[in-house]
Amino acid sequence: MSDKRTTVDDIVGELRSGMTIGIGGWGSRRKPMAVVRALCRSDLTDLTVVAYGGPDIGLLCATGKVRKVVCGFVTLDSIALDPHWRAARQQGRVEVMEVDEGMFFQGLQAAAWRVPFLPTRAGLGSDVLTVNPDLRLVRSPYGADSPFLDDPSDAEVELVAMPALHLDAAIIHTNRADVAGNAQILGPDTFFDPLFLGAADRRFVTTERVVEQGSLTDEGPLNTVVIHRMMTDGVVESPGGAHFTANPPDYGRDEAFQKEYAASAGDAEAWRAFAQRYLHVTESEYQAHVKEPSAS
Amino acid sequence: MSDDAGVSRAESCVIACADAWRGAGEIMASPFGNIPALGARLAKSTFAPDLVLTDGEAALMVGAPPLTARPEELIREAAMPYRSVFDVVWSGRRHIMMMASQIDRDGNQNISAIGDHAHPKVQLVGVRGAPGNSVNHPTSYWVPDHSVRSFVARVDVVSGVGYARAAAAGAGATRFHDVRRVVSNLGVFDFETPDHTMRLASRHPGVSVEDIVGATGFALTIPDDVAETRLPTPEELDLLRTVLDPTSRRDRDVKS
Repeated sequence: MSDKRTTVDDIVGELRSGMTIGIGGWGSRRKPMAVVRALCRSDLTDLTVVAYGGPDIGLLCATGKVRKVVCGFVTLDSIALDPHWRAARQQGRVEVMEVDEGMFFQGLQAAAWRVPFLPTRAGLGSDVLTVNPDLRLVRSPYGADSPFLDDPSDAEVELVAMPALHLDAAIIHTNRADVAGNAQILGPDTFFDPLFLGAADRRFVTTERVVEQGSLTDEGPLNTVVIHRMMTDGVVESPGGAHFTANPPDYGRDEAFQKEYAASAGDAEAWRAFAQRYLHVTESEYQAHVKEPSAS
Repeated sequence: MSDDAGVSRAESCVIACADAWRGAGEIMASPFGNIPALGARLAKSTFAPDLVLTDGEAALMVGAPPLTARPEELIREAAMPYRSVFDVVWSGRRHIMMMASQIDRDGNQNISAIGDHAHPKVQLVGVRGAPGNSVNHPTSYWVPDHSVRSFVARVDVVSGVGYARAAAAGAGATRFHDVRRVVSNLGVFDFETPDHTMRLASRHPGVSVEDIVGATGFALTIPDDVAETRLPTPEELDLLRTVLDPTSRRDRDVKS
């Protein structure tokens, strides 16, 4: 059995400027923030980031790492709009491929299933098709004479052909993992993390705690081990690695910190202070800082 | 300010939202914002008992608890992670009430960006699930600040799809397309016109037709006799005030 334990720095070391990176989680929930912070500290640029967007997008845009974002939204949940993302978009610093969040799911699924697209009604009639002129429609080959036709209105119907969202690398954060690369989500929602891994060439899991192979059933029922080791290449023990996003049952969202993050978009001085304290530091320094009373 | 029956504007809005789910049966009601959330809970507590509501996280919850209920007070009946939400969306067993930063005469909704999408003047949350929702199941909208800035001639970025755009996209878009109603702080609107453009369905008590026309950036169809949004029954009003919203969150979203 191979031991897949690695480090956040080694994960970032495998990535290259210009790559397409998928980031798991949803909004400000269970985001692999330790890796996001390491990406912010890195020399990487021109990334295409694919995510159900939260503060991962805001931070990577604020630190100039991103050329393009593929998303259906960016939100901090308890704060509806991420001001760092808004600033990046309104100042024209980043491109966006904005799609319906269900289309996004199908794009990951198509990549994971190794088909070039999946058909969907989602997007038809909307400006998703006009702001993304490379998106194409597909006509159903099943016409009025087909024994498979379920409803006449579906005869040779035109649907959106959501293209596969192939990822060079994907990073997710889970509650537990084992040394072999199986991973466990103990919170209420797995989001689309298994599909991010399925869509990617290189697949990394950061986790609150790494246990021995076969021991994840001591942590929770077997059906919470939704990631098996054929889906992963590297595992990192990163306690607090999703901070400040929500990672139940280990911890909730750090709302006070999130407010500080959002406020740091207000002016250059506030952002410099935030970056100095929370980004231009090692992960262990970061974890120590967030346990102290805020400086501001 | 209240009307003669002592019903506030926010309470009229809740009733108008609740009535969107009348007769809906066993489907998921997905309300966005406090007023639609109260409407869905009021409907489930009274005339639409089979409605399915989520806990706002990843589960379906039993009953219609108060808005102030803490997560540990909720009783859950089934799991509903986001992956399963899409199964519900694409099965059609859902009537969502989304918010709209802009809405137009055809029922197009915008929550993506104000201005040119390539260089937005104001970046909003993003299209989210609006394109897929609007062509898969009944979709309504809640606009808490009815003005010429929210009720516009043409939305800047079509997120939720209106009638003319759906028709132009063909049968794939129209088969399940059903934009039902728009509830604003001034009135209720539907698309029951020959060309499926927006019509004033009712004005809330205390609001005049002129108020609505003046706050709308396009020509509404105005019936000869404009109904007034119905008043809550005494039972509904009591339920709303004492059980569902005892701390009057409704008044934060809509001023009387």
